[in-house]
Amino acid sequence: MPAPETIAVAMSGGVDSSTVAAMLKSEGHNLVGLTLQLWNQRRLAGRPGMPETSEGRCCSLNDVYDARRVAEHLGIPYYVVNQQDRFEHDVVQPFVQEYLSGRTPVPCTLCNNHLKFAQLLDTARQIGAERIATGHYARNEYDPARDRWILKRPADASKDQTYFLFGLTQAQLSRSLFPLGGYRKPDVRAIAEQRGLALANKPDSQEICFIPGGDYKQFLDAYLADRGEAMPDTSGELVTTTGEVVGHHEGIHNFTVGQRKGLGMATGSPLYVIGINGADKKVVVGSSADLTSKTLRANRLNWISIPRLDGTLRLLVKIRHRHESAWGTLEMSAEDEVAVTFDQPQRAVTPGQAAVFYDGEEVAGGGWIL
Amino acid sequence: MMRRVYMDANATTPLLPEVFEAMQPYFVERFGNASSVHSFGQQARGAVEQARIKVAGLLHCRPAEIVFTSGGTESDNLALFGATKPGDHVIATTIEHHAVLHAAEQLAKCGREVTFVSVDDEGVVDPEDIRRALRPNTRLISVMMANNETGAIQPVEAIAAIAAGAGVQFHTDAVQAAGKVPLRVEKTGCNLLSLSGHKIHAPQGTGVLFVRKDTKVEPLLYGGTHERQRRAGTENLAGIVGLGKAAEIAARSLEDGSTQGIAALRDRLQNEILARVADAGVHSGQVPRVPNTANLWFDHLEGEALVISLDLKGLAVSGGSACASGASEPSHVLTAMGVTTERARASLRFSLSKLTTTEDVDFAIEIVPQAVARLRELSPFYHKDDTFLVNASSVATAQR
Repeated sequence: MPAPETIAVAMSGGVDSSTVAAMLKSEGHNLVGLTLQLWNQRRLAGRPGMPETSEGRCCSLNDVYDARRVAEHLGIPYYVVNQQDRFEHDVVQPFVQEYLSGRTPVPCTLCNNHLKFAQLLDTARQIGAERIATGHYARNEYDPARDRWILKRPADASKDQTYFLFGLTQAQLSRSLFPLGGYRKPDVRAIAEQRGLALANKPDSQEICFIPGGDYKQFLDAYLADRGEAMPDTSGELVTTTGEVVGHHEGIHNFTVGQRKGLGMATGSPLYVIGINGADKKVVVGSSADLTSKTLRANRLNWISIPRLDGTLRLLVKIRHRHESAWGTLEMSAEDEVAVTFDQPQRAVTPGQAAVFYDGEEVAGGGWIL
Repeated sequence: MMRRVYMDANATTPLLPEVFEAMQPYFVERFGNASSVHSFGQQARGAVEQARIKVAGLLHCRPAEIVFTSGGTESDNLALFGATKPGDHVIATTIEHHAVLHAAEQLAKCGREVTFVSVDDEGVVDPEDIRRALRPNTRLISVMMANNETGAIQPVEAIAAIAAGAGVQFHTDAVQAAGKVPLRVEKTGCNLLSLSGHKIHAPQGTGVLFVRKDTKVEPLLYGGTHERQRRAGTENLAGIVGLGKAAEIAARSLEDGSTQGIAALRDRLQNEILARVADAGVHSGQVPRVPNTANLWFDHLEGEALVISLDLKGLAVSGGSACASGASEPSHVLTAMGVTTERARASLRFSLSKLTTTEDVDFAIEIVPQAVARLRELSPFYHKDDTFLVNASSVATAQR
């Protein structure tokens, strides 16, 4: 009998990853619990709009306390790994930069690509665990026919997190376990309860973990102030789709495509942000009809179920986490750039968000919307 | 059962069996409050005063100069806050323990001026730099006797002489020196000296501040008249008894040569590991250190992963200092010495005690080079490498 494999469990202190640890433990694996310390929640405390305390936030002491308690309950070794510098460099700084250039970022995907399935996997291997298990709702399996690792939607469609995982390489997928892929969230809570995990009823986390209170604009102000940097002046004109100047705005980072509030204009029909031009700091506004587009382009691609895109391919395309995926036709438009033509025009195609391509249950790949 | 070897004595030490034994009657049978008039109280008072005499024996001071506290941190805070007042100037160094460093930062927010003097690349402060930092309103100088992370011994006698010459009080945090090097407060020339119980095999939650007869400290805690009105609160009776016993044993160990034995083990550990590992070295290796500490750096790896690897193999050592969540941060001591952040992150502290055996050292000499080799093999850039992909056949087995 070979010695049981050692698996590192990424433990956030939430129900999902805690249940993963409990499930793998009962299957007889050697486990090591790891929590990434990604952000110092006290760092911006007290700055305008930032809460004084970090109660109940991701990476808060409470979450580490919960994760540690679960590990102790299960009798597994547990460590907190400090990756604050990398998180700031690979996730927070790009997040800030994207908003300042008029785009709307997806920090969770960057964190998966650069931290959870890169640095944490490195650490796991260094300490003797060849694979890492997380509480993501997704499925992955090896398909010998294609000789590829396949990422698939989970059983619980309402918890599907594949959108945030499109960047995983074949190598990363080969070393990842998603034990919750076949479960529904209520079942996971029930298992947590059965295994005596005290946090079975802990609420799900919703917001971006490093933004207490969820106001990204106040976060940008506080973060830049903390670094002693001035908020760059990105104020400019509000223009219509035909280029007519209809007003002034205080900075492009205050806007996201599809936004209706905060335009400071009273007009007969509702106005929406149609686009943001970072180069000349213009925010384009228009009607609901102007908000739809038939095409998008995405670059920095990662393919999962296919090695590359040859010719054209009809796939379901998801353009933000809460978007109902829509049929489109894909074709390469440049080196590492794909063009998507939708069957039906889609609302609010937003630069900076990810476009993720689905072939039925499988994630074919994805890229970043231009 | 996995073998577990403990080499983190600078973090804490286990009670010696004799210490545990000495404490036992003071939980249930002899439980009195040392302030009470009756026989129970008298018995407790007697035990506390006996312990005070033993601790005074370790420091070569008068028993009345011993104030019992809850530990090193309280002693340091009592010294810094108790011996200064708003408007005073305080001098400390950049390599002090957080108990002094953060207390001094707080002093600065409470009306004192604070100067932090830096150290050389071996982690030792130059007394002349302390002299240059003196101001007319300097009230207190606080310099540790031995550093907790590197073990480097500081020139406290020379600094005490400078302090005395300037009419300034001198405090030394001797938490990491106690039991490792002889302590003679008269020779050292300090007004105030901090000790922690659990670094010398006494229980956690016990400590001492030596307050020289002519030195005045305002209390931090107000209440009863305990500890000659320098520290209110019912005495930690059993803890104090344990501390007395541990101090007595520590004083004896300094005379019977057992600390030289620890130094020999430490030197072998350090030399053998460095002989087996390339791109590695020792911090503060060129200066006198306490006999039990070796802080080694191993380039091209993350010390945090090395600490975890070693713990999973049964060797407990420490790297950096723990932040609130338990994750490690690069040591402020090493960075203050001019060590790069990368190397500070790749540094591990081995700290031995009189309980460390030759077999323990052999174990460390065997597993540390292995763990270092594995970490270096898996360089942070390996996921661009094909070997990272688990091949299909190995996966089929792994997936049961």
